[in-house]
Amino acid sequence: MSETTDGLAFGSLALALLGGALRVSTPFLFVSLGECITEKSGRINLGLEGTLVLGAMGGYGIALLTGSPWLGVLAAGLCGVLMGLLHGALCSLPKVNDIAVGIALMLFGTGLAFFLGKPLIQPQAPMLPSVELGAWSDSEQLRSALRINVLLPLGLALAGLLHWGFRSSRWGLALRLVGDNAAAARALGYPVVPIRIGATAAGGFLAGVGGAFLSLYYPGSWNEGLSSGQGLMAVALVIFARWSPLRCALAALLFGAAGALGPALQSQGITAGYYLFNAAPYVLTLALMAASWTPGQTLAGAPGELSFTQR
Amino acid sequence: MAQTRFSAGRRDILRILGTGAAASALPFGIGLAGAADKLVVGVIYVGPRDDFGYNQAQAQAVAVLKKMPGVKVVEEEKVPETVAVQKTMEAMINQDKATLIFATSFGYFDPHVLKMAEKYPNVRFAHCGGLWTAGKHPKNVGSFFGYIDECQYLDGIAAASASKSKKLGFIAAKPIPQVLRNINAFLLGARSVDPKATVKVIFTGDWSLPVKEAEAANSLIDQGVDVLTCHVDSPKVIVETAERRGVYSCGYHASQAKLAPKGYLTGAEWDWQTPYTQIVKATLDGKPMINFLRGGLKDGFVKPSSFGPAVSADAKKKSEAVKAAMLKGDFPIFKGPLLDNTGKTVIPAGKVLGQQDPLLESMNYLVDGVIGQV
Repeated sequence: MSETTDGLAFGSLALALLGGALRVSTPFLFVSLGECITEKSGRINLGLEGTLVLGAMGGYGIALLTGSPWLGVLAAGLCGVLMGLLHGALCSLPKVNDIAVGIALMLFGTGLAFFLGKPLIQPQAPMLPSVELGAWSDSEQLRSALRINVLLPLGLALAGLLHWGFRSSRWGLALRLVGDNAAAARALGYPVVPIRIGATAAGGFLAGVGGAFLSLYYPGSWNEGLSSGQGLMAVALVIFARWSPLRCALAALLFGAAGALGPALQSQGITAGYYLFNAAPYVLTLALMAASWTPGQTLAGAPGELSFTQR
Repeated sequence: MAQTRFSAGRRDILRILGTGAAASALPFGIGLAGAADKLVVGVIYVGPRDDFGYNQAQAQAVAVLKKMPGVKVVEEEKVPETVAVQKTMEAMINQDKATLIFATSFGYFDPHVLKMAEKYPNVRFAHCGGLWTAGKHPKNVGSFFGYIDECQYLDGIAAASASKSKKLGFIAAKPIPQVLRNINAFLLGARSVDPKATVKVIFTGDWSLPVKEAEAANSLIDQGVDVLTCHVDSPKVIVETAERRGVYSCGYHASQAKLAPKGYLTGAEWDWQTPYTQIVKATLDGKPMINFLRGGLKDGFVKPSSFGPAVSADAKKKSEAVKAAMLKGDFPIFKGPLLDNTGKTVIPAGKVLGQQDPLLESMNYLVDGVIGQV
């Protein structure tokens, strides 16, 4: 008897984690795919946390003004493009360090979003619709776990597309060449700086869209504590995923599930040590970083032009 | 240390320069006269003033202060509960000449407010939520708070009446005494309607974590909980999530009725203008600092939200009857025999703790019927 209840509780915990992964992972997915594109070109943009927050604010504001959440998503992406262009342009100046610029833009983006977002805390913007993948089931828990936003499958498809593109398409190869060996790219006639700026802008677009997911779908509200560092974690996640878009998608789902662990366990009545479980995503970040860094060696799969792989 | 001395020195120099410039620019020092006879009140918030929650409730009272004659208000939002709040207080005291400071977040009290109070004995510090103790804490510090657990008890009545599963959910930030007292009062209110009702608690770990709050709301609803309430800084996300998932909610801090027109039952709201005006008046009249100021429904410190459409006539009647008793001041919420949820007796049979009992302000247990752990 007790075995069946244990089995049931375990099943329901697994379902809760699945639901959490599907709900929470989208911003991680978009930011990490964006960062993946940027880093493939040989630049690191640590400012995506700022882009995410600014995108969340901009998307919420535009959705509120126009009444269309999809225009909000577009606006969030455009905010991201602007931030990406700024980062790309600044880093193209001589002797500018991309990591320092990234940190500056992270503070700039969050600060600007908090400043402009003051009047947006109270009103309710229209939300993005959800897709009922679980309509066939009669379990309410399963239905709610499978209630997803269309941005998630779009993001997963994009991960597949990038995976293919980095290997087999002309632009993907050019991007990787620029990121691995700028001198060789120049010798072949590829414009290194414009490609890098473009890659950073594209990364910014995706991070902005990730922000719109936060404010327009889940949790679906503009608030200054909205991101709580998800943009930063997503950047770390790219390194853990070793610059592979497919592994980024997996890692994003894993981080989503880790974020759902604390609330899920407590709602099941497993209440001891919730501080530890609430910290699960951060612990996971640290553990994965420690496991994936090998001192004295260039990281496998790291683009050769990244500032931290240069000696 | 050297850092502090340096920055204080720099601020002093700036001030002297500033005063000098103002005095030389304006004949006969007209510029200084206006500010000198007004009481400058500094108010520090931990979040944005319009958060549909804790800070908004404080800001509504500050709006009343701003209309009082002889009072000038300076405010700063989003000040974290770290040494940053000490810097803010020093800036308000030194630059704005504030002589009364409202530090409105729980974590500001110890050590930040206490440290500043020792450094500036002529400035008054009013802290929201702390437990001022005679002999231990400086005389120029006061703590004010409301017995909002009375409204939580009323919430519990409405929640258990509306619930079908009799499983209620409570999303809380941190297990501090005020939060535990609210959770326990909510359960006791619910159990007064249905002795089988339970309350599941999720602690998120901090005052404002929207993603985690939404996740907590969803996992509680997945577990069959059909009424949610909370003690976080902004209940907006939780109330909205409950409405979207089609379950009931009770609000906190301010009214969130607008966010959930169908499912909002009632809520526990602050009415801070009573303590704020009392403290400011005492300061204006030169009376000593009010060190310990508490009040509940009957003192106008807290109020319930008006009932939503889902509250039955029967539940309203029960709630109104208890409210009437509370307004008369003879409705103790915590009385023996009371067990905590590990089976230990926390209040022995026959013992009744009045609302003013300081024992309640150091509550460190969850009562029987609450599923969760401190």
